[in-house]
Amino acid sequence: MAVATREIPRETPAIHEPRPGRRRRWTRWILPAYTGLVMVYLVSPILVMILYSFNNSGFKKVSFKWLGFTARWYPRVFDKPDLTAALKNSLIVAAVSTVIATSFGTLIALALVRYRFRGRSAADFVLFMNISAPEIVLGASLLSLFITFGVPRGIPTIIIAHVMFNIAYVTVTVRARLAGFERSLEEAAQDLGAGPWTTFWKVTFPIIFPGILAGALLAFALSIDDFVITNFNAGTVQTFPLWVYGAVKVGIPPQVFVMGTLIFAVGALLAVTNVLLQRKKA
Amino acid sequence: MEQHLPTDLHVVKGRKSRLGRRLAPYLLILPGGGWLLLFFLIPILFLASVSLQTGNIFDGFKLTWHFHNYVDAVQRYRVQFVRSLEYAFIATAVTLLVSYPLSYWIAFRGGRHKTTFLFLLLLPLFVSFVIRTLAWQFILADDGIVLGALKRWHLLPQGFHVLATSTAVIAGIAYNFLPFMALPLYVSLERIDRSVVEAARDLYSNRVQVFLRVILPLSIPGVFAGVLLTFVPAAGDYVNAAILGGTKTTMIGNIIQLEYLTNFHYPIAAALSFILMAGLLVGIFVYAKVLGTRSIEEYV
Repeated sequence: MAVATREIPRETPAIHEPRPGRRRRWTRWILPAYTGLVMVYLVSPILVMILYSFNNSGFKKVSFKWLGFTARWYPRVFDKPDLTAALKNSLIVAAVSTVIATSFGTLIALALVRYRFRGRSAADFVLFMNISAPEIVLGASLLSLFITFGVPRGIPTIIIAHVMFNIAYVTVTVRARLAGFERSLEEAAQDLGAGPWTTFWKVTFPIIFPGILAGALLAFALSIDDFVITNFNAGTVQTFPLWVYGAVKVGIPPQVFVMGTLIFAVGALLAVTNVLLQRKKA
Repeated sequence: MEQHLPTDLHVVKGRKSRLGRRLAPYLLILPGGGWLLLFFLIPILFLASVSLQTGNIFDGFKLTWHFHNYVDAVQRYRVQFVRSLEYAFIATAVTLLVSYPLSYWIAFRGGRHKTTFLFLLLLPLFVSFVIRTLAWQFILADDGIVLGALKRWHLLPQGFHVLATSTAVIAGIAYNFLPFMALPLYVSLERIDRSVVEAARDLYSNRVQVFLRVILPLSIPGVFAGVLLTFVPAAGDYVNAAILGGTKTTMIGNIIQLEYLTNFHYPIAAALSFILMAGLLVGIFVYAKVLGTRSIEEYV
């Protein structure tokens, strides 16, 4: 997943340009058309979500049937108090766990890139295990710990869980950024008399900041979206995904699609701005 | 990927700072590593411990080394285990087949619009997993926008439905994990040195051979990572089965969730989770041996 945050490699000239004299007429449209189709398939649920946020059906439940266009759910997006509370919980958990996971993950990335030490490959292995273990096992294990010690489940346990699954993602993302780092800049700073602390804040941090930011954004996104691990460790507390999942059986109120659409719009806008800014710099 | 070793700059400062250098990586790792130790590694031991306990939610559970929990778990839920592996396998195969041509085209022919295509590929991840799955429920519903319309035009019999079938669940899983397959594939295809492909074209000249002998083998690390990143979460997933499936499509994830959070049969649920984890781990290692152990981390 962290792949997404890496920089897009430079463009490479298209190969397989049809050789002169070789005839390939309609067949060369197969792959582009196919790509287009898959793209439509990928975005179709998003379109459905946006579409149904405008469906003119009841306040209690969006019907599968299309009952006409209305924008009246948008001003009433916070009219479901428990849904709003769940969204608020999600935001709190995401904010707190992102701050903790980003700082811890960045420190690990620094250690892994900068130093050779005993236990380095073990640390690597733990990170890999953490990312590749099925979520349900992570959730169930942590719940076993909490059950054994009688820890009541709530927002703190959700935050503990989210930090746990986010550290490795942050580390991987920041490490990718650190790998191309010029050590000589730091050495120059030290030669000029800067202490390690000053060197870090004045030289290292500004350079790796984009990587840290990418890691933090990823952590925030993963946290706000997480369902499985949260479901195991939330107790009776609701987060946005948990609330939506619980509402599936009884009926989804239009506010869910409105919130989904708004969150999507903010996220997509941020991403587009980021890409455009990077392009401008380049 | 290694950076240079720490330079000798500090040696002049003497012993104390050398000790500091020794300790530095451990100090850096301490907070995050401690967190992972406490809330990731140690809990796995507790999972194992709970899986060997007996008792009930009212009187409490005791560790009695009751290995029979595992026998019980397998006997009772063999069907769901097999079904989960089957669904995960089919869904992984589908995503691989669907995304390979796609990633290939973006990597080799994407040209100026590569970034745009990658962005589109990632777009679903901006919508919550649960809502994405829910949207498929709306698409596939009996009277939803697609089936409803087709039925109105009499292109489909009235009794036709997709929801609550294994097709719906597998399609949902395949949809949700497609980006995790397509991205590593794209990365591995993008990395292929174009001059190698050129050389192969000059030597083999046949497109099919160039693909089979050069491009495909060089993209194997991407296939490896993609399959791993799709199969593992797919096998443990229960959201798709819960939202798109019915009573006959229950997966092992649904059972673990039910036993843990609704029935409070902690030992059975823990045993099931442990079997799932151990099975997948063994699978991953065998699979890594077969396909070569190139580092996966760089794709994750």
